[in-house]
Amino acid sequence: MNSDDALYDEQVVRPYVMTRGRTEARAKLDLITLAVTVRAATGVEVGLDPEHLAIVRLCRRPLSVAEIAAHLDLPAGTVRVLLGDLLHGGYIALQEPQPEADMLDERMYRAVLDGLRAL
Amino acid sequence: MVSGPSDGKKIPVPIKLLIAGGFGVGKTTMVGAVSEIRPLRTEETLTDRSIGVDDLSGVESKSTTTVAMDFGRISIGDDFVLYLFGTPGQERFWFVWDELARGALGAVVLADTRRLADCFPSVDYFERRGTPFIVAVNCFDGAPQYQLDEVKLALNLGGDIPVLLCDARRRDSGKEVLIALVQHAYGRRPMAKV
Repeated sequence: MNSDDALYDEQVVRPYVMTRGRTEARAKLDLITLAVTVRAATGVEVGLDPEHLAIVRLCRRPLSVAEIAAHLDLPAGTVRVLLGDLLHGGYIALQEPQPEADMLDERMYRAVLDGLRAL
Repeated sequence: MVSGPSDGKKIPVPIKLLIAGGFGVGKTTMVGAVSEIRPLRTEETLTDRSIGVDDLSGVESKSTTTVAMDFGRISIGDDFVLYLFGTPGQERFWFVWDELARGALGAVVLADTRRLADCFPSVDYFERRGTPFIVAVNCFDGAPQYQLDEVKLALNLGGDIPVLLCDARRRDSGKEVLIALVQHAYGRRPMAKV
């Protein structure tokens, strides 16, 4: 465990400080909603914190809210707020899960079954 | 519709599967056996808003509960990615289940024949919610071996709910369980019943 982890464990920097007190005002993202970087951040952008930049770096390949939270050791709720900022700034694109209504899609089941059999 | 990443590659559609069952029944073991990544842990922080109390007096009065969940991932080509979530074992975290279960394609209820009653709450939950599920009996060394019919009877399951044996430590066994679940969910589609 590095010293950064220790800081979070001690709750010296509380997650809502990172989000400047904002909670999840935006539509709540599912834990499996995928984020992918569509515009690189150089680090001098106004309004982006180290956590924002870490997400932009991580999401060069699509990652779920849950994976981002696990990699950055942040609560999922905090990651949702940060993703909202990044979406607003045009840095990331999101892919929502298959809606329950679309679970009827036969092609989806076929693809998943074929994929699992090929494992 | 969202725009794709800058390199033009499409973003896969994420699909959620749940692995439920009592504490210590092997949920995380099964997730780890089939996942392409080392199982990760995420923490979901729930405020009082999530449990139905609407207190507008300010954040200082908000109570929070943190629930940890283990999960893994299986990529299905470039089009889909499966996320497997182990549900939190304790009953007091059921309010998380509703969030987790929303949009889930289906659930595996893992059972241990030495403590069969531990999986009753999971079975009840998915029956009530209408989430497609199957029961997989994890074959622990030294646990009494029952016929699948006996397990089905003991769980008072409907005739169409598949019950199968598995070894949560083995990848091929976990894979068979997931295939059985997706096949069951496929047959349970509203259109398939017409």
